Amino acid sequence: MSVNILMPALSPTMEEGTLSKWLVKEGDTVTSGDLIAEIETDKATMEVESIDDGTIGKILVHEGQEAVKVNEPIAILLLDGENLSDIKSIKKVPPTESVQEIEKIESKEKLNFSSDKTSKINLDTNINIENLKKNETRIFASPLAKRIAKHKDVDLSLVNGSGPNGRILKADIENFNNNKDLLQNEIISNNNNSELIKNSSMRKTIAERLVKSKNEAPHFYLSLDCNIDQLLKIRSMINLKSNDKYKISVNDMIIKAASSSLIKVPKANASWENENTRYFNNTDISVAVAIDGGLITPIIKDVQSKGLLEISEDMKLLANKAKDGKLLPEEYVGGSFSISNLGMYGIKEFSAVINPPQGAILAVGSGEKRPIVINDQLTIASIMTVTLSCDHRVVDGAVGAQFLLVFKDFIENPSLMLL
Amino acid sequence: MSNSDYDIIVIGGGPGGYVAAIRASQLGMSVALIEDKHLGGICLNWGCIPTKALLRASEIKHMLDNVDEFGFSVSNIKMDIDKITKRSRKVASQLSAGISHLLKKNKVKVFEGFAHLVKGSSDLKTVKIKAKGKDILMTSKNVIIATGARSRNLPFVSSDGKNIWDYKSAMIPKKLPKSMIIIGSGAIGMEFASFYNDLGVMVTVVEALPSILPNEDEDISKIVETNFVKRGINIKTNTTLKSVETFDKNVSAEIKCDGKIETITSEKLILAIGIIANTENLGLEKFNIKIDKGHIITNEWLETDEKGIFAIGDVTEGPWLAHKASHEGVLCVEKIAGHKNLNPIDKSSIPGCTYCRPQVASIGLTEKKANLQKLNIKVGKFPFVGNGKAIALGDSEGLIKTIFNDDNGELIGAHMVGPEVTELIQGFSIAKKLETTEHELMHTVFPHPTLSEGMHESVLDAYNQAIHY
Repeated sequence: MSVNILMPALSPTMEEGTLSKWLVKEGDTVTSGDLIAEIETDKATMEVESIDDGTIGKILVHEGQEAVKVNEPIAILLLDGENLSDIKSIKKVPPTESVQEIEKIESKEKLNFSSDKTSKINLDTNINIENLKKNETRIFASPLAKRIAKHKDVDLSLVNGSGPNGRILKADIENFNNNKDLLQNEIISNNNNSELIKNSSMRKTIAERLVKSKNEAPHFYLSLDCNIDQLLKIRSMINLKSNDKYKISVNDMIIKAASSSLIKVPKANASWENENTRYFNNTDISVAVAIDGGLITPIIKDVQSKGLLEISEDMKLLANKAKDGKLLPEEYVGGSFSISNLGMYGIKEFSAVINPPQGAILAVGSGEKRPIVINDQLTIASIMTVTLSCDHRVVDGAVGAQFLLVFKDFIENPSLMLL
Repeated sequence: MSNSDYDIIVIGGGPGGYVAAIRASQLGMSVALIEDKHLGGICLNWGCIPTKALLRASEIKHMLDNVDEFGFSVSNIKMDIDKITKRSRKVASQLSAGISHLLKKNKVKVFEGFAHLVKGSSDLKTVKIKAKGKDILMTSKNVIIATGARSRNLPFVSSDGKNIWDYKSAMIPKKLPKSMIIIGSGAIGMEFASFYNDLGVMVTVVEALPSILPNEDEDISKIVETNFVKRGINIKTNTTLKSVETFDKNVSAEIKCDGKIETITSEKLILAIGIIANTENLGLEKFNIKIDKGHIITNEWLETDEKGIFAIGDVTEGPWLAHKASHEGVLCVEKIAGHKNLNPIDKSSIPGCTYCRPQVASIGLTEKKANLQKLNIKVGKFPFVGNGKAIALGDSEGLIKTIFNDDNGELIGAHMVGPEVTELIQGFSIAKKLETTEHELMHTVFPHPTLSEGMHESVLDAYNQAIHY
């Protein structure tokens, strides 16, 4: 039996590393304890020892390869009397273009596409995508389910399959208009001390996106107090005239104010797309809505061209759809800026996690009467604290501060929103 | 919960009940099975199996009548109807004994007698068996009712075993009648019509609906009708039976067609007008069990409104087929065992077979039903006359018809008539269960030369790509 030499874990937390150097080559004889390769992580470089006596039959990971997962085979060690043909299944070596080759290709691409910058193929990105694809687990779905999913634009990775071993069936896609599917919690075990519940697709998606956001987007936070006395006054005036036909909420006005601020500070209305930064012309505001088993951010589109009444109606409709699990993908995928409001829970202030690839999210606390100082006089006003979380790659401190000041201005002088 | 004698008591030992009992035992449950008459139920003793033995005999007769074509000549063919029926009975008893052995092997405790449910005080189910003078009481956490069905009579005519037959009498004729009327052209009626016609009996089939095999696709029914008429079977569709009079040596039936009343006479009359569920004397009325049109109503997991009481097979809603009963038995037991990832039975994916000559097999929606549902469909047809194997067999009459949903390529129906189609239909059953689309079926390699190539061609034809037609 040949032995697979595996990528070692240099620390308990190490998940992957770079194989920086091979100290042996195929055909070399090694004895247990011989150094065979150097492995590098962001923290350290270490040497790998052979665990057995034998001949290096096959090197599976080329020198310089990054992101080699712990426990992935890096080479095959042939034991006494074996030769390579004894190994039935050799893991395919990923294409090993040398760095020079990549550069060559890249410069060629540059030549070919120099007139069109957007279509320049970025090899780094391609390689990342390859890696991602490799890590994806195969989704089992019936051919019919796959086809209907394609027609309906349903992301199979979000669907819980009801077939054998979780295979996705036609019915699963047909019932997937709604996000209920995302929320199905299967109880795995239940005892007096605890209940083990399988994570729903939605929980997994939330987890994945939040971790990605916190890992990749360098967050910083800006807080500001806004006096909402004027806003509350205008709101009750508007609602007084409604004859119960509508009821504008503080949140509706915050959405409008955020939109107006983004129009004034367009640099805050942006998303990070690795190679490029996208600046939006419209303000599509994602509003976080808590639903059973998770949360979702339906989008109020083109807020800049909508009045409070329309915003309010949109919000009500989308929130109800979200709670019934009936949001369509286009109603919650996208958006240029997010708002999360925990004011109704009495939360004074908090910092929200950015909804990638968006550049910022506004966390809104509750409006409460607080003592404040105006012209050296202690007085009482309704104050609402807002915190802007910014992705520093897109929104710099000054831009964030500028946005918040404009936002404060709109909140404290709501009539400006009429302009 | 207090201790019960069994985890599951199954009432009825037919293809639903005995399969449920064996599956329950496999899953480690203690199981009792109560059967009043014969293990294996109607299917095995007086239905599916013995009729197939009879139809094998009539098929051989048909071959003997046509050996000429293949270069043989036989003369002086003699037929012994007694031997034919005895063989059929032997086949049935062999299999029934097999069931008994299977149950024993699986440690299912079998009781003989008639069971009924007793309202107990505890949350356990109590079942009382009346058997040979003494009563047995037993308790269980769950009860599965699998009591099946029997043939239906009409208000003005019941089978008497003399000149008016039910399926049972029709299976054991003492001597071959010269003529017979068959009321009803479902699977049972058509199989007897084919059998007796091949043995030389003058057969008249009376059907109230506009076509024979009324549940099948019209194209299929038409082909069977043409074949039957050619063979000399008298088919009377759109015809209702008004009254029956029995005499010593024959029976006369008053029938009505297009407002005209006619009297036809023959030696025997077979009633094949459907079934009626065996729900009586089971004590069901004391429980929260709903019965609609004679059949027990259950949820998709076969549980009645009374928790812990399940019903499977012919005693529940249709289709009334042995394989549906068996499948329900397994599903309901696995549900009781708490299995995850179970799917309710999709009734549009249960194949149905009729073993007359030519055979008929189908699954899913007919073209008419698909149109009624306003589905956007594509239909493929391939006649066996374009199939090499069928021609070589000398049996090229028939058609394979496939129906796809044009919106997504789902196979929504397959209908076949012709040689061995009852063996072929499972291909489409698997395709449906796996939710294949036309794409996978088109790119499946079918062996040559086989009858199954016709299935492939039919699929190709639905998308205008048939090669051999």
